[in-house]
Amino acid sequence: MSTEAALDSLMEEARSITGSSQSKVRDSIVNSIYQTAENIASDVVSCTSPKRTDWDRKIDNILTSRVWGFPIMFGVLAVVFWVTIAGANVPSSMLAAGLFWIEDRLTGFFMAMHAPAWFYGFLVLGVYRGLAWVVSVMLPPMAIFFSMFTLLEDLGYLPRVAFNLDRFFKKAGAHGKQALTMSMGFGCNAAGIIACRIIESPRERLIATLTNNFVPCNGRFPTLIALASIFVAGSVSLSFSSALATLAVAGLVAFGIAVTLFVSWTLSKTLLRGEPSSFTLELPPYRKPLVGQVLIRSVLDRTIFVLGRAVVIAAPAGGLVWILANTMVGDASVLSIVAGWLDPMARFMGLDGFILLAFILGLPANEIVFPILIMSYVSGGTLMELDSLADLRYLLVDQHGWTWLTALCTLVFSLCHWPCGTTLFTIQREQKNWRWTVLAALIPTTAGVVACIMLNNLVCALGLVY
Amino acid sequence: MGLTSQSTGRSTTREIFNIKRNNNEPVIALAGNPNTGKSTLFNALTGLRQHTGNWPGKTVLRAEGSFIHNGRRYTLIDLPGTYSLLANSADEEVARDFICFAKPDATVVVVDATCLERNLNLVLQVMEITSKVIVCVNLIDEARRKKLRVDADKLSKKLGVPVITTAARSGEGLPRLMDVISDVVWGRLTPKPKLVRYTGEVEEAIARLEPKVRAAVGDGINARWVALRLLDGDTKLVQAMEKFLSEKEIVRVAQEVLA
Amino acid sequence: MNNTVSLGCLTNGSFALVTELVAEGLTRRRLLDLGLVPGTKVEVIRRSPVGDPIAFGIRGAVIALRKEVANKVLVNPL
Repeated sequence: MSTEAALDSLMEEARSITGSSQSKVRDSIVNSIYQTAENIASDVVSCTSPKRTDWDRKIDNILTSRVWGFPIMFGVLAVVFWVTIAGANVPSSMLAAGLFWIEDRLTGFFMAMHAPAWFYGFLVLGVYRGLAWVVSVMLPPMAIFFSMFTLLEDLGYLPRVAFNLDRFFKKAGAHGKQALTMSMGFGCNAAGIIACRIIESPRERLIATLTNNFVPCNGRFPTLIALASIFVAGSVSLSFSSALATLAVAGLVAFGIAVTLFVSWTLSKTLLRGEPSSFTLELPPYRKPLVGQVLIRSVLDRTIFVLGRAVVIAAPAGGLVWILANTMVGDASVLSIVAGWLDPMARFMGLDGFILLAFILGLPANEIVFPILIMSYVSGGTLMELDSLADLRYLLVDQHGWTWLTALCTLVFSLCHWPCGTTLFTIQREQKNWRWTVLAALIPTTAGVVACIMLNNLVCALGLVY
Repeated sequence: MGLTSQSTGRSTTREIFNIKRNNNEPVIALAGNPNTGKSTLFNALTGLRQHTGNWPGKTVLRAEGSFIHNGRRYTLIDLPGTYSLLANSADEEVARDFICFAKPDATVVVVDATCLERNLNLVLQVMEITSKVIVCVNLIDEARRKKLRVDADKLSKKLGVPVITTAARSGEGLPRLMDVISDVVWGRLTPKPKLVRYTGEVEEAIARLEPKVRAAVGDGINARWVALRLLDGDTKLVQAMEKFLSEKEIVRVAQEVLA
Repeated sequence: MNNTVSLGCLTNGSFALVTELVAEGLTRRRLLDLGLVPGTKVEVIRRSPVGDPIAFGIRGAVIALRKEVANKVLVNPL
């Protein structure tokens, strides 16, 4: 008899022994184990001082209180963004200055070598400039954001967020731990997708997987921050600009969370119908984080990893964009021809052809969308060094006719479009079904296109722009 | 577009058997409840930089590392943190299948000194599957701060397995833990787990099933435990056994692990 | 047994002993795994800002359950 058949017949026999009292047998088994554990524990553990202050409870009384729970949560989020934005400004411009100084030296070197123009263009203006952009724009905010996020994570605050927000996820037919997977998504959506494994029910795990992309990851934060700084904060004095940019970014994140809940709700009412599964969440004791270790870990493990990935992708992408921008068909570059094809659709969404093309070319990694856009804008016109937001403002507004609506539509589309290549790959690996992977790209894209079209046409119809 | 759990079952357990190691390196499994400092301990032992967050279930990917003790290399596998091994979730399944089918040379169960009762539940369940169990009472520094005293010797006598107290964050107790791990791996120390006694009816039913289970699956898997799971109506274990005991590739890898 | 109520109805700060689980299947297994076997002492610790889920002290850990799940645990208030 094969093992399989033997096991099946044993299963049958076990069933006949327990008969209809199967669930009682299980209860009795679990009961015996817990009784034994209880007896042993009471024998070996002694408490030398029965009265002590339970600090965890006191902290929880505030962090999950009816009055302060939500304000503190959004406050923490805002502080994290504010520190990231305000703190990243100076190192970002210093990095940019340094890297573009190197570019000048490289230029000098290539000139001295009498290198062919295409060779110089491809390597320096394409590959190197793309790299420099990604590093200077991404490194400072990422290092700051990851450190603070890791600190919060080690402290034990995230489960409290899930606890506070679970009601909303329940209403949306989703799992409370989706709040945890979303938090991971702030760092990197691919990491968020992997974190979805903590959700036991396949239905709710799928909901969390399909909606994770509505949380802006670190690759998109620099774009959000830069655009928010230029268009929201650009008009006020410098001391307020960080605060205002923070508010704008926090508002976008809140919008992303609202979209997440709405899409989750829609999914659980249509494609992924089903009962919410039982939800159990442990609120672990708070632990004092080992600050030094946290900083080292978050910089070494997360920042360098994500940056490394971005660099690997940005270098060839930068080269590709330069080639596209400098390969002429007739008197137009390939880049502007393709952008021209996309332009009508893009205009309808409040964008322009170059913006949409940048999103498409940015499929490998979200971090390179903005650099690609700038490169394609710049390579068509005069070469310039963009080491300040003022330059960027000049490029976008004065040279390429951006309005606040263009910026807003770009921001919305950045929040709602297909996930990056790595995330899609991760979804495929986790779900092992290409349909879900396709859906994971289609859902946010559709949401973004619809939102942008509505926004653009509404604002234009109201005559708020032009 | 049916919803299946295929993604969590077979592939993750397969993934788990792909241990990168030399054939003669002992494999040590690290089990434990979530939030017991298991990952911190793992990092402290292996020097590996696995991020250790403070939220349940953050070790979603099994981590693997190694440490050298007295000139010998040991492979350490960090299993997902679980409350129990009754395989109600993918995590529990991964942990259980590893302990049951990959046959680690020793299983260290990390428990939280401040919350012993809840954690012993898992220890008792692991002891039913394998006898090569070492209990690591971690966070002993937190327990001291909370004025809790854990009598490790008494616990060791009650359980019949070695008990080590540690504070992984500061490294306290780790050399001793490594000593005991090597003692158990090389047979210098043989844990004799004192198993949970169930009610009369359950024990009777186990006694009826156990010999038949042994006849069917051999000595490779603890027959008492399988009998218990059968009574429990645990169809997932039966599926897992059919999978692991019949699939040639898995058997081959498992033999490699055993070698 | 006459004053048996469901766990979800108790107010914060109260204690109770588990008498019975009225859940079936996976939910029952989960609750058992958490240590909610008959005779277990449970403390109602807090509610989320919007009233649901509820955090309970069960065998030394703080565990949050949604209200409808908590209501499947019958208890005797202490």
